[in-house]
Amino acid sequence: MSGVVVAGVSRTFPGVRGGAPVQALAPVDLTVTEGDFVAILGPSGCGKSTLLRIVAGLDRPTTGTVTLDGKPVSGPGADRGMVFQSYTLFPWLTVAENIAFGPRERGTPSAERRAIAEKLMAQVGLTQFANHYPKQLSGGMQQRAALARALANDPKVLLLDEPFGALDHQTRSLMQELLLSIWEEHRKTVLFVTHDIEEAVFMANRVLVMSARPGRFKSEVAIPFAHPRSYKLKTTPDFSRLEEQLTEDIRSETIIAVQAGF
Amino acid sequence: MKPLEPVSPAARVVLGIAFFVIFFAAWAAVTFGGLVPKIFLADPVTMLREGWYLITNHGFLVDIGVTVWRVVGGFILAALVAVPLGLAMGAYKPVEAFFEPFVSFARYLPASAFIPLFILWAGVGEKQKLLVIFVGSVFQIVLMVAVAVGSIRRDLVEAALTLGARDQGIVARVMVPYAAPQIAEILRLVLGWAWTYVIVAELIGSSSGIGHMIIESQALLATGQMIFGIIVIGVIGLISDFVFKAVNQKLFPWSTI
Ligand SMILES: Nc1ncnc2c1ncn2[C@@H]1O[C@H](COP(=O)(O)OP(=O)(O)OP(=O)(O)O)[C@@H](O)[C@H]1O
Ligand SMILES: [Mg+2]
Repeated sequence: MSGVVVAGVSRTFPGVRGGAPVQALAPVDLTVTEGDFVAILGPSGCGKSTLLRIVAGLDRPTTGTVTLDGKPVSGPGADRGMVFQSYTLFPWLTVAENIAFGPRERGTPSAERRAIAEKLMAQVGLTQFANHYPKQLSGGMQQRAALARALANDPKVLLLDEPFGALDHQTRSLMQELLLSIWEEHRKTVLFVTHDIEEAVFMANRVLVMSARPGRFKSEVAIPFAHPRSYKLKTTPDFSRLEEQLTEDIRSETIIAVQAGF
Repeated sequence: MKPLEPVSPAARVVLGIAFFVIFFAAWAAVTFGGLVPKIFLADPVTMLREGWYLITNHGFLVDIGVTVWRVVGGFILAALVAVPLGLAMGAYKPVEAFFEPFVSFARYLPASAFIPLFILWAGVGEKQKLLVIFVGSVFQIVLMVAVAVGSIRRDLVEAALTLGARDQGIVARVMVPYAAPQIAEILRLVLGWAWTYVIVAELIGSSSGIGHMIIESQALLATGQMIFGIIVIGVIGLISDFVFKAVNQKLFPWSTI
């Protein structure tokens, strides 16, 4: 079976300072076939990041297993690239060096590293900022660089944890188009976590809705739009209909989450 | 004046120098004005004249050189031991659990209290001076470096892991560069403390160095000479601070953006 298979994965965090243990994730099953673009929507605190971190190998599931192309995931690896919710470029490296970090760790010769970095910088529009440090970049530029850094390893799977969450609406739209064009070119397996319904419908082929904590998959919506997609899609009636349907699904969960005080 | 409002570079220099001017003016006023007897506090002009006399007739420059050599030597030895140990402690928790309690204890042992013991072990020669500075600096550097390395942002380590970095890569290419500017800052700070240790060591048992000169001048009631020696220490400290800061800026341009 090629692709990511999450089978019966749950995660319970031990209680903090004598408190009760917190079950962040109920046992969930999820299969993402190779080359698919899956978006996960859910209210805050429902365990989206936890699930993504388990797939990345940064956290261990309490029960269940994750496999990639049939091989169990036992820790982090270069075959699963991740872009985080927070800004995680290395502040001591320039944009070009940040992007070349993964290839360097894997012993890629420096000429090849430079070629990889240059190609990706062109793709995300950062060529002119090759020698800038992260602090000298805007938030949107930093996340573009982080995306390029994850792509530099040519991973099988891209794990994106609300990468555009901190950006303003306009920048966010442009970033979505950029990510989509990259996906349309490389057709990598993508697991994309977001709060934003429009974003999920615009980019993904499947949208999964998670319930309030402990998170489990509540519903799934297939997004039938053909690729390549243009931003104009967002104003079509079909698009609005899907958005509306998902809004209803999420709303009830968010109410539960807010009432529970998450 | 508003909180945190920046001051222009020119104003900064003027203000910095202004304090020295006021300081010397006040000093001159109390000494020349006769408020303080000359035997307790020499006036600035006498201080400079006696300083010049020390340099020309007593080879004071050699004393300065000897003291600088001791500080730098003992400090480099301490850094060579402490920085790698601090790194290991910051990166590997069992190493930290093993050394941390002892180092925390040893850090409070006053280096100057060891001087009589060191004299017993190593005589009054250079070995004893280096030992005092070494003991005074090494534990401080270890602990502060361990804290600096241990304060690495977790998400940076995790990002590196998802990019394929393994243990060695994490330590060498994430934790070390992350902590490097802080380590440089720590070394600058501890070098300042090393100066106090060397002077104490030279006051107690020595035949050369700035501290030795100061204690000899005391016997002669030459307050001008004593103050000159103290000011020389301050000036050298100021210079080394400047050099350290400049080198840090050059090495870690990203940390000051
Ligand atoms: N290391 C941890 N220790 C204890 N509890 C944790 C830990 N990490 C997460 N949790 C808990 O697990 C739950 C799910 O967290 P998670 O970060 O996965 O949520 P999320 O869906 O990503 O939320 P958001 O959309 O706000 O990012 C939260 O209620 C949180 O309190
Ligand atoms: Mg999250």
